[in-house]
Amino acid sequence: MKSVLKRLGLDGRSVVTAVPYLWLLLFFLIPFVIVLKISFSTSQIAMPPYEPLLHWAGDKVLQIKLNLGNFAFLVEDDLYWKAYLNSIWVASVSTFFCLLLGYPIAYAIARSNPSARNILMLLIVLPFWTSFLLRVYAWIGILKNNGLLNNFLIWIGAIDQPIQMLQTDFAVYVGIVYSYLPFMILPLYANLEKMDLTLLEAAADLGCRPWQGFLKVTLPLSLPGVRAGCLLVFIPAVGEFVIPSLLGDPGMLMIGKVLWTEFFNNRDWPVASAVAIVLLLFLVIPMMYFQRAQDAEAGGVHR
Amino acid sequence: MNQGRNLFRTLVLILGFAFLYIPIVSLIVYSFNSSRLVTVWGGFSTKWYGALLQNDQILNAAFLSLKVAAISATLAVVLGTLAGLVLARFGPFKGRTLLSGLTTAPLVMPEVITGLSLLLLFVTMEQIIGWPAGRGITTIVISHITLTMAFVTVVVQSRLSQMDDSLEEAAMDLGARPHKVFFLITLPIIAPALMSGWLLAFTLSLDDLVITSFVAGPGSSTLPMVIFSKVRLGVSPDINALATILVAIVAVGVAIAGIMMSRQQKQKERDAQMALAANQQMIESVKKG
Repeated sequence: MKSVLKRLGLDGRSVVTAVPYLWLLLFFLIPFVIVLKISFSTSQIAMPPYEPLLHWAGDKVLQIKLNLGNFAFLVEDDLYWKAYLNSIWVASVSTFFCLLLGYPIAYAIARSNPSARNILMLLIVLPFWTSFLLRVYAWIGILKNNGLLNNFLIWIGAIDQPIQMLQTDFAVYVGIVYSYLPFMILPLYANLEKMDLTLLEAAADLGCRPWQGFLKVTLPLSLPGVRAGCLLVFIPAVGEFVIPSLLGDPGMLMIGKVLWTEFFNNRDWPVASAVAIVLLLFLVIPMMYFQRAQDAEAGGVHR
Repeated sequence: MNQGRNLFRTLVLILGFAFLYIPIVSLIVYSFNSSRLVTVWGGFSTKWYGALLQNDQILNAAFLSLKVAAISATLAVVLGTLAGLVLARFGPFKGRTLLSGLTTAPLVMPEVITGLSLLLLFVTMEQIIGWPAGRGITTIVISHITLTMAFVTVVVQSRLSQMDDSLEEAAMDLGARPHKVFFLITLPIIAPALMSGWLLAFTLSLDDLVITSFVAGPGSSTLPMVIFSKVRLGVSPDINALATILVAIVAVGVAIAGIMMSRQQKQKERDAQMALAANQQMIESVKKG
């Protein structure tokens, strides 16, 4: 590989590196710096609706006006921290149920006949290719009072009155688990599929019962897959907006909804930016974990 | 023992797939329902498809979304391939960790954050350099490229790291210049990965609601934005019809891709057999000679 690198010549290399690098710096990294900047500015009724941080006050005096008020506001008003805590709670519970459902499915597929595996995995990712928005919408028809599930439960005689399911936390959990399940199954399957099955045979030879073999061999070996799957579900679920707004109670506090409302309804860009910065602080550690796992998985610098 | 395990496996798969597919099937079934109440069956009807085809708002939004998705997927494949190539082939270099972080972060970043930050960037850029003037298709395309190139990068990077680089090295040894190696050797081998990367980017772009809502301007409502504003008010049967059409397109696309892939696989097996036979013949002729 070294000889290849030498021959590649630095010029072509730098251009090839620079193009995607600059794009991501400009359109992904710098925007966060701007969000940080605007989170310190004061809201005003104008376009854009915030005051500049820096301005020339008189002769050559650059005045910086840092307004910490937006962050103080987030602390004072209990709506915000309740929304943060609730989002983290909802995301954690949904991640747990995703794992609970996803693990057996990934396991069952990974231990199927090799010719069936690809077809089964195709069926897992297939819903992902149809619109996410429409799949969430489908649950409105299932969960509403005269919807499929209530009608079915009444028909089999389990209940006489429809249960209120839409616009509850339950509906949001169902929506998140349903939408993110493929993201849990994919890394789990990738991990379980390449596991060396002779290890289980060895365990059995040494007197392990099948369930002991699972607990002592399969489960510990699959932990990297579990970690990747959980992060892939948890991080985006914390900021989820579409699912709580379509399926949840209108008063349900989720931070993605709060940010959306601050921005679109209250037109308070500085507070929306402060909400985003604090959310990012919550997520930066799980994101770094995810990045490391992803890089190891993709086989980056192992040469 | 074994039978019990098989039973468990089958049961898990049946329940799992039922959970994944019942909502989609229910969308399709109720799109043929003549009742406006969607979940109360009022007889078979295709009238909602007719209503859909006469809804100019939805048709215009669909056209805009397809245009945006095609442009952004194509550019995302170009940028994502470069990023994947850099990460998989260029070894360690200064700033590699940052690049790798910048390509994986959009995969999990909550969309409200990405959307807000991109919008604030566009507003600031407009103040400083006067571009992009206002918000619309340009800002949507730039945002979608940024989001979807991350997915392309992951696909290309993992394909490249699985690929045997001895072919590339051989071409280099024979004197091919790096760009020639890339276009003649690497690109044809990773072409299927680029195709699936393009389709993934296209689908994600077609489907994105949150980022698009932040960066879209007046008069540039994409399909998900129109759908969202409709379904917020409750179920509506023409949306079911729209969903059914989308599912049908995906199903046809997957079927075609599946057939092409199995054909390619068969061709590969045939080639491998021929090569093996030729090899055998050569060994025998050497032995004889």
